Amino acid sequence: MKFGVIVFPGSNCDHDAYHVISKHVGQPVDFIWHRDTDLSSYDAVIIPGGFSYGDYLRAGALARFSPVMNSVKKFAESGRFVLGICNGFQILCEAGLLPGALIRNRGLHFICEHVFVRVETGDTPFTNELRRGVVLRVPIAHAEGNYVCDDATLAALKREDRIVFRYTDKDGHATDAANPNGSRENIAGICSRGRNLMGLMPHPERACEDLLGSSDGRDIFRSLAATLAAVA
Amino acid sequence: MKAKVYVTLKPGVLDPQGKAIQHSVELLGFGGIADVRQGKYFEIALDNSLAEDQARESATRMAAEVLSNPIIEDYRVEIEA
Repeated sequence: MKFGVIVFPGSNCDHDAYHVISKHVGQPVDFIWHRDTDLSSYDAVIIPGGFSYGDYLRAGALARFSPVMNSVKKFAESGRFVLGICNGFQILCEAGLLPGALIRNRGLHFICEHVFVRVETGDTPFTNELRRGVVLRVPIAHAEGNYVCDDATLAALKREDRIVFRYTDKDGHATDAANPNGSRENIAGICSRGRNLMGLMPHPERACEDLLGSSDGRDIFRSLAATLAAVA
Repeated sequence: MKAKVYVTLKPGVLDPQGKAIQHSVELLGFGGIADVRQGKYFEIALDNSLAEDQARESATRMAAEVLSNPIIEDYRVEIEA
């Protein structure tokens, strides 16, 4: 199985993602410059965190016009796996590959801290090694992580079991106090209708080593690796 | 010819920046403010050879496809000769 990490001007979590795939998943991984368009040799691509195009206009808005994004769209349509982390989630929403939008945090601040998220479904390629209800401790680092969508979209996300993570307290209660940014219904991550594309605001790639405060993020990459091993 | 594009948050979309600005101007002593909403304003210089309706169509597409996010924002286009 081969992974790619897409690099936009302004990406800054690309090396973290690369490190996790090479060290913890133990699989080959390449950086993919945003002007490249050939994704044919990859089984999964990660759109990493950062400030693509300096967050100009809106976070993620300009990255969607990079040449690689057309390829990402076809890649996802072909059923291969796409994981958008933080700015990657914002890019996937701006590109229309995931529904909804990420707006300014309700408290205005850039928030950089460890939070708790609850796994809402184990039925995704990214959470199949986890169970619904499991609480993970992972960091967030964003100013625009406030997930918004209209009522019809929210109803569809629920009906189709596409809400993958919610912000909770350490005991797994999705309270308003545990919602760091004002996201609708504490949503921290969602997947596509085909389930092969997921976006989330927390950074699991920064939570793969106890030395960094948590290794809970490894289960997400372990799930993806298990999925890829099963389809190979 | 110039296109002016105003992008504003849809009603109901939280605008914490607008709230912070409102709070600040109220601290300065300005009263009677019901609400402040922050938006974006773009000036796009267009080739003078364009007909006004062509300019409007082009600026409207830019506003719809790039300058605004239709999920959270509305836009308004004005053309100035």
